[in-house]
Amino acid sequence: MIPLIVNGKKHTVDAEPDTPLLWVLRETLGLTGTKYGCGIAQCGACTVHLDGKPIRSCATAVSAASGKKITTIEGLSPDGSHPVQKAWIAEDVPQCGYCQSGQIMSAAALLATNRKPSDADIDAAMSGNICRCGTYQRIRRAIHRAASLMAQGGAK
Amino acid sequence: MNPIVNLSRRDFLRTGLAAGGGLVLGLYWPSARRIARAAAAEEFPLSALVRIARDGTVTIVVGQSEMGQGIITSVPMIIADELEADWSKVRWEQAPADPAFGDPARGGQQSTAGSRSIRTMLTHWRKIGAAGREMLVSAAARQWEVPAEECYAEQNTVIHRPTGRKLTYGELAEKASQLPPPKDPKLKSPDQFRYIGKKIPRLDVPDKVTGRSLYGIDVKVPGMLVATVERCPVFGGKVASFDATQTKAVKGVRHVVQISSGVAVVADYYWAAKRGRDALKITWDEGPNAQQSSAAITKLWAEAAKQPGPVAKKVGDPESALAAAAKKLEAVYEVPFLAHATMEPMNCTAHVTQESCDIWVGTQNQTRTRAEGARITGLRPEAVKVHTMMLGGGFGRRGHVDFVREAVETSKAVKAPVKVIWTREDDMRHGFYRPATYNVFRAALDERGAPIAWTHRIVGPSISAQRGQTLKGGLDPSMLAVAGELPYAIPNLEVQYIYRDVGIPVGVWRSVGASQNAFITESFIDELAAAAGKDPFEFRRELLVKAPRHKRVLELAAEKAGWGKPLPPGRFRGIAVAFSYGSYAAEVAEVSVAKDGKVRVHRVVCAVDCGMYVNPDQVEAQMEGGIVYGLTAALYGEITIENGRVKQSNFHDYPMLRINEMPVVEVHIVQSNENPGGVGEPGVPPIAPAVCNAIFAATGKRIRKLPIRPEELRGA
Repeated sequence: MIPLIVNGKKHTVDAEPDTPLLWVLRETLGLTGTKYGCGIAQCGACTVHLDGKPIRSCATAVSAASGKKITTIEGLSPDGSHPVQKAWIAEDVPQCGYCQSGQIMSAAALLATNRKPSDADIDAAMSGNICRCGTYQRIRRAIHRAASLMAQGGAK
Repeated sequence: MNPIVNLSRRDFLRTGLAAGGGLVLGLYWPSARRIARAAAAEEFPLSALVRIARDGTVTIVVGQSEMGQGIITSVPMIIADELEADWSKVRWEQAPADPAFGDPARGGQQSTAGSRSIRTMLTHWRKIGAAGREMLVSAAARQWEVPAEECYAEQNTVIHRPTGRKLTYGELAEKASQLPPPKDPKLKSPDQFRYIGKKIPRLDVPDKVTGRSLYGIDVKVPGMLVATVERCPVFGGKVASFDATQTKAVKGVRHVVQISSGVAVVADYYWAAKRGRDALKITWDEGPNAQQSSAAITKLWAEAAKQPGPVAKKVGDPESALAAAAKKLEAVYEVPFLAHATMEPMNCTAHVTQESCDIWVGTQNQTRTRAEGARITGLRPEAVKVHTMMLGGGFGRRGHVDFVREAVETSKAVKAPVKVIWTREDDMRHGFYRPATYNVFRAALDERGAPIAWTHRIVGPSISAQRGQTLKGGLDPSMLAVAGELPYAIPNLEVQYIYRDVGIPVGVWRSVGASQNAFITESFIDELAAAAGKDPFEFRRELLVKAPRHKRVLELAAEKAGWGKPLPPGRFRGIAVAFSYGSYAAEVAEVSVAKDGKVRVHRVVCAVDCGMYVNPDQVEAQMEGGIVYGLTAALYGEITIENGRVKQSNFHDYPMLRINEMPVVEVHIVQSNENPGGVGEPGVPPIAPAVCNAIFAATGKRIRKLPIRPEELRGA
């Protein structure tokens, strides 16, 4: 039995210790907003926060997350009101949307430590997230917009 | 009782026939009855696609699949516009599989492909909206006992012009739903559009930024098991025997069953299924393709290209023109097989019982999905329910039903609901690939540098032939897109296609034949411009005398890109234009090539003429996306075959363009009242040639084989 703290809620899950955190979140806890894309930390669709830092949950054993604070897209805000989510809506970023939970989690982690990221900062923080629909230009715009929303105090 | 709901099927057929051209209304009506039963008591159907609740909520049912192109916003925009619905009250709902929701011009076929939805169904949806509006107006006129001509609809309200009396759609819905639909509803004139042509935010975005949106892979139904399938790594191979002893010892594994594509390991959870699969011991009968390789394929096609083949198009006498020409060019162009690599790997959930078959799937083809379910279970198609989920990308891959077959066969075998999940590696290695081809060109220029002859011989597999279709005259039109309809005025021209299957499954890949043929022809025309010593934009422009829409987008892209104006040091431009799926697109790429041969695309200016359009922001989004898709392929895309197997496996060896490589993309839309063209695909074809032509401008090296290989540009 492995103790997990997901989106502020405590769980104890019965899973093989080597099970990727991704599948425990999706199947055991029913948090399907976090996506499977590659299984080898190449695409970022599975990005969640572990103690505030972005990690690829497809390549993180559930045992490594034991007792740590995990935040998924479902826990980023109660109602889609995180500045990154608001900016994503304002820029109409998603197309198919499958990668966007991971994109948003990476962007939120970037903005948590860098309130005014440059384009180069965005490249560095976001290049681990693939979008096959090619929404990168809108993602960049939305991150800049989220940064201004946060600067205006709309924000955590 | 609702009299329309009571219409018998025979009555309906008679009504449909009496309507003459009323296929539109005829087709969707029987489903309206079924949906009326299913709908909430307080909702009233005006047709299968439109329901209105007492509170005025307008629900629009979308039969097409949302794979990022925005269709679940566009269809409501179109219908709501003609319906005069208040946009804030409009909701969307995904349709079941039923011809009522398909394309009436295609016998009700329900599929989302070929950039086709809006360009073939715009008028159909407008009529459905307009019919609903007229029914609501009639209901109000009856209630007021006034002529319908004195009433008009505006934003969920019907107004009696002489008295100013008003009734809301919510108040009128029940009465309106009892009226017969008008046979020939009056459509708005374009200047009356409220939503069509306007930038309107997508309806699916709020759920896509919170993780609430449900894709096929997210489906959970009571009692569901999860399966993963080991398939023969060689195309066409089969299971000879297998030993599942160790698999069955894995905790959580419930069943191991052989299905038509391989061996399915069925477990409580995905990870158990995956571990069980890893422990399988399978002996394969690898079949006739076991020795196939990319090198052997190239050799076979190069040999085939030495002989003439079936003629797709011939103008004048190219051989005589070539013999007499002042200047001749010859070139061989090659493109590789490509995987779709949707972000969401293939998956499907099925629940087969004695009486029913439910299928939850992100599919581009509900009609085929339903037929496949019926074929495998032996049930009537009506007993097969298709629940279309969000698609984590489609690009043509999800028009196939191989993953549906696996889920239905597995559920049938284990008598429980089963979700089959593909790994990324499965997805990469068991696809239906964009056809590789081998192309031989010859061309001639006269003394003034004008092209007087062009011959193009294409050798490759055939998507149509693999689908079991007969190739009329030996030709597959999908392999000849762009190449067979060259827009340039060249007096002597011949295009041939030689069909050679090589055992590799092929399929439609975003923009299909145009994806490779625009690269090939727009690169070779650039070679002609260089040989003539002319500017590549001016050279094309002069040859587009009989192609005004090509010419217009070419000029617009050149103008907006500042063609001919100075660039920062080290940057060079390339241009290309192509027609595909009813639309014209030209792109100018600004490129630099580093000393190590690494290509960087800084900026892409795109001009598109897609005729009349619905949502300009989504036209832009599709062009941006098409450019990224095509650029990814040009820079990295290559599926290679060794020992009958795909060598690539995941994103480390089949790379995708990432945000740090993203060019600035500008999209300019030509204002037009022409019939709508597609937008999902036409952004793809011009990008590879625009980039490669810029590389030629930068280095003098001509890219004749994709993907672009930096090692060949090193020090250039």
